[in-house]
Amino acid sequence: MRIGVVTFPGSLDDRDAQRAIRLAGAEPVALWHGTHDLMGVDAIVLPGGFSYGDYLRCGAIAARSPIMAEVIDAANSGMPVLGICNGFQILVEAHLLPGGLIRNDHGDFIRRDQRLRVESTDSAWTNGFELGQEITIPLKNGEGGFIADEATLDRLEGEGLVAFRYLDVNPNGSLRDIAGLRNERGNVVGLMPHPEHAVEPGFGPNTPEAMRSGVDGLTFFTSVLTALVGRL
Amino acid sequence: MPTIVVEVMPKAELLDPAGKAVAGALHRLGHASIRDVRIGKRFELHVDGEVDAALLETAQQLAADMLSNGVIEDVISVHVDGVAGETR
Repeated sequence: MRIGVVTFPGSLDDRDAQRAIRLAGAEPVALWHGTHDLMGVDAIVLPGGFSYGDYLRCGAIAARSPIMAEVIDAANSGMPVLGICNGFQILVEAHLLPGGLIRNDHGDFIRRDQRLRVESTDSAWTNGFELGQEITIPLKNGEGGFIADEATLDRLEGEGLVAFRYLDVNPNGSLRDIAGLRNERGNVVGLMPHPEHAVEPGFGPNTPEAMRSGVDGLTFFTSVLTALVGRL
Repeated sequence: MPTIVVEVMPKAELLDPAGKAVAGALHRLGHASIRDVRIGKRFELHVDGEVDAALLETAQQLAADMLSNGVIEDVISVHVDGVAGETR
């Protein structure tokens, strides 16, 4: 299985996403924003960072970069696409997921190990979780407040498209504590927290068992392998 | 060179932390009568040749599709610089 990670100008976590893919047992493929070449990958990760310095709006310019035409086509054809943090912002700006992401309500950048509840396992990136499972992965954003109008929020809830919800604290003012979404088909998932930073013992969040031992993020990347194998 | 001006504001119901910070500073400077500040964006599109209806329509489309995000922002105005009257 080959999973592409798109690097945009200002991406930060592309290498971490590649490492997560490798640890999950797949082959990471570096993709470049300025091309139209998906290099035959089976799935795509849009990584975190500050593409184009967050100019215009977070993710807005990256969402209109050359390779995104192919990413949008692939997503609409059912290819699994995961957007993490800035990647989530790019998915929203590309209209692959609804709503918008605005500056944190408290005005500060925030970084914490964030507890989440898995609200949907009907997706290519979450099928390995139990419904309602509580996981902890790092969160780090300045503009992670998810907003949408009431009708959209009701539809997202009604159709089970909320993939993750914040637990303990709402770190950025996201409406209805929404941390991540999936699309109707389940192939596209976007979230603000960073699963790729919780994939290897010794480098993840603390757990009651041991410091830095949290690997809850790895399930995102093993889930997509399950989804891809199921499609073969 | 003609200039098409596009003005975009965050939606009124959304918190504007940057505007709030400026309002706080103004209050500390003693400008108590300035109750609130909201910060928006002004784009100046410098174009070759004359601005005709088609180009203005293109600008309006770009204002709605790319220069703003309708979920979080409103396009306040798209107009030719120096020409009175707003086009939307």
